[in-house]
Amino acid sequence: MGKIKSLADLRKMKEEVQTKIKLRETSNHPEQVVQVKVGMATCGIASGAKETMKFFIEELEQEAIDAVVTQTGCMGYCYAEPTVEVTLPKKDPVVFGHVDKEKVHEIINSYIKRGELIDGIIPVNFKTIDD
Amino acid sequence: MTDYKMHLLICGGTGCKASESDEIKNRLNQFIEKHGLEDEVQVVMTGCFGFCEKGPIVKVLPDNTFYVQVKPSDAEEIIKEHVVKGRPVPRLLYTDPKSEKHVSDSKGMDFYKKQIRVALRNCGFINPENIDECIARDGYQALGKCLTEMTPGEAIKEVKDSGLRGRGGGGFPTGLKWEITRNVENDQKYVVCNADEGDPGAFMDRSILEGDPHSVIEAMAICGYCIGADTGLVYIRAEYPLAIQRLKVAIRQAEEYGLLGDDILGTGFNFRIELRYGAGAFVCGEETALIHSMEGLRGEPTFKPPFPSVSGYMGKPTNVNNVETLANIPVIINKGAAWFSSIGTEKSKGTKVFALAGKINNVGLIEVPMGTTLREVIYDIGGGIKDGKEFKAVQTGGPSGGCLTKEHLDIPIDYDNLLAVGSMMGSGGMIVMDEDDCMVSIAKFYLDFTLEESCGKCTPCRVGNKRLYEILDKITQGKGEAEDIERLKELSVVIKDTALCGLGQTSPNPVLSTISNFENEYLAHVVDGKCPAGQCKSLLRYDILEEMCTGCTLCFRNCPVGAITGERRQPHYIDQSLCIKCGVCYEKCKFNAVILT
Repeated sequence: MGKIKSLADLRKMKEEVQTKIKLRETSNHPEQVVQVKVGMATCGIASGAKETMKFFIEELEQEAIDAVVTQTGCMGYCYAEPTVEVTLPKKDPVVFGHVDKEKVHEIINSYIKRGELIDGIIPVNFKTIDD
Repeated sequence: MTDYKMHLLICGGTGCKASESDEIKNRLNQFIEKHGLEDEVQVVMTGCFGFCEKGPIVKVLPDNTFYVQVKPSDAEEIIKEHVVKGRPVPRLLYTDPKSEKHVSDSKGMDFYKKQIRVALRNCGFINPENIDECIARDGYQALGKCLTEMTPGEAIKEVKDSGLRGRGGGGFPTGLKWEITRNVENDQKYVVCNADEGDPGAFMDRSILEGDPHSVIEAMAICGYCIGADTGLVYIRAEYPLAIQRLKVAIRQAEEYGLLGDDILGTGFNFRIELRYGAGAFVCGEETALIHSMEGLRGEPTFKPPFPSVSGYMGKPTNVNNVETLANIPVIINKGAAWFSSIGTEKSKGTKVFALAGKINNVGLIEVPMGTTLREVIYDIGGGIKDGKEFKAVQTGGPSGGCLTKEHLDIPIDYDNLLAVGSMMGSGGMIVMDEDDCMVSIAKFYLDFTLEESCGKCTPCRVGNKRLYEILDKITQGKGEAEDIERLKELSVVIKDTALCGLGQTSPNPVLSTISNFENEYLAHVVDGKCPAGQCKSLLRYDILEEMCTGCTLCFRNCPVGAITGERRQPHYIDQSLCIKCGVCYEKCKFNAVILT
């Protein structure tokens, strides 16, 4: 990617990346992608988020589930670290707390594979600037 | 794939659990089975909804119906009416206190959301090491808008009109600071981001830098454009390695895209950002000390004026803003001053991020509109005090702030209200204390901190704080006298009036505020020789109740200093002159014969 040369270019680029992300989130194709975001601020990492992320990647690979696992910053739920947000295609994101290896199994087997929610999900308790 | 048509979410936060949310879950499942709906409805226990006052909460998906104060006996009706017949149960809906109407419209269902994420808007949403994800969420749009469509004066006016005040502690109006720096004529000016977060228990700035570094970079460039600077410096403590690494990645990516560097977006505006590392000294959060530290000098404050806006880094006009302050800037430019100033109170606009810590159930990073009460923060968002204990106090503003008590729970939190009750906003640490915390020891803890962190340049701070600490220590040792309280007050006032910088001028605040709010506790220490919270070891006394003691010898065998004597099957005794108050006998005794006074 080269340099962005004007505000118009920047706006165009914003739309492009937005479409790209939207496509990933709402695609109707069989190659639907599951998105997993792991809270990786210092505090999350200290509670084991790195291991959780690694384990997610390995397990999803082993199960041959098409997923994008990325890191993100602090979600604010320090009492429930490590925290992970999972977005299934065409569904609202769901945040899980205290995600250790065992919980990773549970999330993959119950939620990602079967769409069943599991105990301990963290409800969204804030408004965003777009609300 | 099981395709549940409906989910019933039950709050499993500590408060709701205490109000039988487990039983509600069982009952709901019972009636779901009774109606043969196991394959269509799933009951899930969630984390805290942050509306504990109205708990237990049951939320129904997908229609978003929100039931409050649900009892186990309500389970049957919810299943029969709502799940089977599709009719919400009106008596369990939330009643809006203003309109006195039930809220059933799913669009109005976020009334329980007390938080608004403005400064934290991207934290936990984007991958901080991927600039594209930031751009998708409006990253750098505000910079583009300023450079292309606004003059520096117009952009400053927007920031001024928004009412944004410094989030680092002082609360100085940000727009005004920018204007002052802009109006000083000089060939070279600097933008400095103060990322020297030093309050014990505070981690707002670290979280922002780790979760959304681009917003801070963008805001620094906007500030540079407004005041006429081409260089930005981030003063960050070396103790934040991850924040440093993510900032570096973000700066590199912004440079690759041409969003930093020469001729940004073809407008001819140049801006570069460099990092400067601090060694983690608390005083370097003070802007003059911070600037000296960046210059390679000792991190000591100097007298103001001249303010950094006039003569700062290398003697040049320098605008210093805190991380959280900067994180608000792009939103203000994008959404406008009117939008921003619609949030908050009359004199404090927008939101504030708090690091909620201490004896609270939901320890976390929260962002609430200015004017939210302490009660809402502690009981709704924070989920109340741990282990069902009694709330005692909350410390805001770190070592420069003070304690707020039960009386202050309903005060809307903003800069001026906190100052009026002897505390301060500070950078946003909020440490919650319960009945087991001794306020004299808390004051001593903070004094110990300022003592360590005082740079030693001025006498009131260097010597005065040491003397304050010694008196507090004496009191916790049980050697205090009634006159000590007056001495503490008098010395505190002198230090506040005469210290050179903000650190010294505010360091006695924890002492003064604990004395004014908890004078009885000080008196208990110095007059009665007791520590009501049971924290000050020297003031504790363990005794064995003769009539309860069975002579089992357990305490005798476990006492590490041999202070307990007694024959088998005969009452035992503690020799007070040998006792080190370790409490082992108290913990070991199976017959409640050891008492603590």
